[in-house]
Amino acid sequence: MTRLQKEYTQKQAAYPHKVIVCCGTGCLANGARKIVDAFEKILSERKVKDFSVEAVKETGCHGFCEQGPLVVIEPEGIFYTRVKAKDVPAIVEKSIEGREIIDSLLYADPTNGHKIEHYPDVKFFSHQKRIALRNLGKIAANSIYEYIAVDGYQALAKVLLQMTPDQVIDQISKSELRGRGGGGFPAGKKWRTCRDVKSDVHYVICNGDEGDPGAFMDRSIMEGDPHAVLEGMMIAAFAVGARQGYIYVREEYPLAVIHLQKAISDCREVGLLGANILGTDFTFDVRIARGAGAFVCGESSALMKSVAGEVGEPRAKYVRSVVKGLYDQPTVLNNVETYANVPLIIRHGADWFRKIGSPKNTGTKVFSLVGKVRNTGLIEVEMGTTLREIIFDIGGGIIDGRPFKAVQTGGPSGGCLPSSKLDLPVDFDSLTAVGSMMGSGGMIVMDDKTCMVDVARYFLHFLVAESCGKCTPCREGLYQLHALTEKVCNGEGTEADLEKMEQLSKMVVVGSLCGLGKSGPNPLMSTIQYFRDEYLAHIRDKRCPAGVCRALIKYEVIEDKCTGCVACITACAYNAITGEKKKPHFIHQDKCEKCGACVAVCKHDAILVS
Amino acid sequence: MNHDLSKLPEIFGRHPQSAESLIMVLQDIQKEFRYLPCEALVATAKQLDVSLSKVFSVATFYNAFSLNPKGKNVVRICVGTACHIRGAKLIQDQIENALKLKAGQTSEDGEFSIEVVACVGACAMAPVVIVNEKYHGGVNVSGAKRLVKVDKRAN
Ligand SMILES: Cc1cc2nc3c(=O)[nH]c(=O)nc-3n(C[C@H](O)[C@H](O)[C@H](O)COP(=O)(O)O)c2cc1C
Ligand code: SF4
Ligand code: SF4
Ligand code: SF4
Ligand code: FES
Ligand code: FES
Repeated sequence: MTRLQKEYTQKQAAYPHKVIVCCGTGCLANGARKIVDAFEKILSERKVKDFSVEAVKETGCHGFCEQGPLVVIEPEGIFYTRVKAKDVPAIVEKSIEGREIIDSLLYADPTNGHKIEHYPDVKFFSHQKRIALRNLGKIAANSIYEYIAVDGYQALAKVLLQMTPDQVIDQISKSELRGRGGGGFPAGKKWRTCRDVKSDVHYVICNGDEGDPGAFMDRSIMEGDPHAVLEGMMIAAFAVGARQGYIYVREEYPLAVIHLQKAISDCREVGLLGANILGTDFTFDVRIARGAGAFVCGESSALMKSVAGEVGEPRAKYVRSVVKGLYDQPTVLNNVETYANVPLIIRHGADWFRKIGSPKNTGTKVFSLVGKVRNTGLIEVEMGTTLREIIFDIGGGIIDGRPFKAVQTGGPSGGCLPSSKLDLPVDFDSLTAVGSMMGSGGMIVMDDKTCMVDVARYFLHFLVAESCGKCTPCREGLYQLHALTEKVCNGEGTEADLEKMEQLSKMVVVGSLCGLGKSGPNPLMSTIQYFRDEYLAHIRDKRCPAGVCRALIKYEVIEDKCTGCVACITACAYNAITGEKKKPHFIHQDKCEKCGACVAVCKHDAILVS
Repeated sequence: MNHDLSKLPEIFGRHPQSAESLIMVLQDIQKEFRYLPCEALVATAKQLDVSLSKVFSVATFYNAFSLNPKGKNVVRICVGTACHIRGAKLIQDQIENALKLKAGQTSEDGEFSIEVVACVGACAMAPVVIVNEKYHGGVNVSGAKRLVKVDKRAN
C-alpha cells in the first residue's frame, strides 16, 4: 500500500496546479458537471502550463452547497463560488495561467460584504474541526488512490498487522466514541458485547438510512468519502469477527449507492475486500442494501428486517440486536459518521480523540445547518460548541437580519430550543437535558416567521405517515396529537386541548415499542414547553403571531407601498387579486386561499399579513 | 394493461436469487415500469421463492413502491423540515395549480405525477423540487411554475 501511495503521489506531484470541482449532489444540481466538462475541454484543446486533465478533481461535498458550484484552485486555495461553465475559460486564463483572482466569483461574507479570496479564511470553514468530514471537498470521491494518498487504509493495515481484536476494541472504548446515529451509545461497548456472543457468524452493518428530514451529513460522507466508511466497517468487522457487512442506503440517495459500489469493487480489485486481506487471514466483504422509503427502517431491528428483504417493522428488544440481529446472529450496527471516525481514532490513538470535544462527549459532530440561516450547509464542530457559535459565527446569523426564534435539533425525535438556550454547549447529554436530542445532527434554524405550532404539527404529520402501525399508542396516539395541533392551527383549539396534548404525549412516550413512538411527541412537548405563548395566541386570541396558519391570517395590500407592478396578479393562482398597472392593487378575501405567493413575489413589501 | 414482461429475466439476473433481494428486485421493476405491475409481482414471488403475500406486503409497506402507474414525468416536491421552513407548501401549491393535479395523483394523459417526499438530502438548497431525477434548489414561485412548464414543452 505504501507503494501505491508513493506512485500516486508522484504522479500527482507532476502537476502542481489542481482544480477542485465539487461534485456533491448540491453542486451537481447547480451544474458542476458542465464545469468539469468545460475544464476538460479547454485542457484537451490547448496546452496549459503545469496543468493536465488529471489535475481536475471531482470531489464530494464541501458542505457549502448553497453557494455551489464551488471551485477551488490549489495550491493557492483560491475559492470560487457560484461558478458557471462560461466562467471556466476566464478561470484557466486568469487564475491558473496568470496569478489573478477573479473578483466576481469570490464569496462575500454575508455579515459585512467583504470578499474572501482563500478557502481557509471563510468563517464557515475556519470555525470547524473536521474529522469525519476530513476528506470531503479535498479528494476525488471516486478514486481509491486518492484515499490511499491521504493515508487511507493505514488504520486498517495497522489493525490487521499489529493489533488484536481486543486491542482494537480497547482503543475504541478508550476513545469514548459514541454512536453518531442519534442515541449516542458507546461504540466500544457495542463492539465488545457483539464480539463476546459465541456464534459462527457475526455481521457488521452501516446505517446509511438517514431518515431525519433536514439532515444530509451521512449522504455527503457516503458520496464524498466512501472509503472512510468502508475502512471503519472493516476495522469493526475485524474487531468483532464478522466476515460479511452490509451498508443500508436510503433510496433517495442514488449517488451514494453508485459511489459506494465503485469503492467496494475497487477494494476487491486491490485486495482490501475479499479473502486474506493484506495477506492476513482476515476475510471480509460488503454488500449494499437499498432502502425503499420508510423512515422506521432507520431503527435497528426494522433495518435488519429490511436488509433481509422483509417488511421493516421494529420488534420488541428483550434481546438486543447486538446479540440477535440480522438473521438472528450477533450484529454491530453503527451509523455512517460513527464508522468514518474510526480510522482516525486508530491512526492517532484514543487519547488524541479524547482530547477533542468535552468529557463524556468526545470528538466532533457533523451538523446540517439549514433553515433560515445565512450560511447553510454541513459543518463539523467539536462537541460542546455552543448553539450561538454554530448559528451566528459559522452560520453567519439569520437570513435578512431577522430575529432568531428557535433551533430544531434531532429531527422528529428532537425538539425546538428558544433563544434562551443559545449558549448551550451542544452534545448528547446537554441537548437531552433540555428536552431536545442530538439525533443524527439536523439543525434547523427558525426565525420569527416560523410558527411553532405549525412545526409541531409538521413533525406529527410526518410521524403519523411513517409509523409502522404495529403498536396502538404510537399509531393512534400520534394521530390524535396531530389532530389536536391541527385544531389549534385552525383556531379551534381550547386550553383543555393543550392539557390533553401534554397527557397524551406522556402516554405515547411510555406505551410505544420503538424509538419512533417513544420520542415522537418530543417536538410537540418542547414547543409547548418553550413557546406556550404562541399556542395560547392561537387558542385565546385566534391569532398566528408568525403569520403562517392559514385559517388565522389575512393578506391585504398596503396601498401606500404598492407600486402597481402587477407581479402579484401573475403569481396568484386563485385570481384573488385585481388592479390596474401603476395603481394600488386589491385582494378579494373571498377568493384568497392564503397561499402566500403574492407576498413571495412582491418586491415592495406591499402586502401585509395579519 | 399489457406489459412487456420480457425485461424481467434480465432484472432477476442482476440479483442473487434469494429473499434478501426482494426489495432491490422490486426497485428495479419499479424503475422499468414506473410502478409494480401485478404480473411482475407474481413472477417475482416465483423467482425468489417467497410467498405472494409477502411480496405484496413489502410492496405496500415501502413508500418507494406504487401499485398504480406513475406519470412519464415525475415531479417530486421535498416537504422535509428544511424545505418546509423555507416555504415548501407554497411551492407545492404553485405546482399543483400549474399542473391541475394534487400530490399523489397522476394526470389522465399519464404525462405527469406529483409526489411529495420528506427530505432528499439537499437541504442546504431548500426548497427543493426534483423533476425526473434532476434536482432544483432554491425554488421560488416563478421558478416552480417554470419547472413544470419547461418540461411540458419538452414533451
Ligand atoms: C425511528 C428511528 C429511526 C432511526 N433512523 C436512523 C437513521 O436514519 N440513521 C441512523 O444512523 N440511525 C437511526 N436510528 C438509530 C438506530 O436505530 C441506531 O441506534 C443507530 O444506527 C446505531 O448507530 P450508532 O450507535 O453508530 O449511532 C433510528 C432510530 C429510530 C428509533
Ligand atoms: S412505536 Fe410506532 S413505529 Fe415503533 S413499532 Fe410501535 S407502531 Fe411501529
Ligand atoms: S406585487 Fe406588490 S407592489 Fe406589485 S402590485 Fe402586487 S402588491 Fe403592489
Ligand atoms: S395569498 Fe395566495 S391566494 Fe391570496 S391573494 Fe396572495 S397569492 Fe392570491
Ligand atoms: S455539494 Fe458542493 S458543497 Fe455541497
Ligand atoms: S428537507 Fe428538503 S431536501 Fe432536506
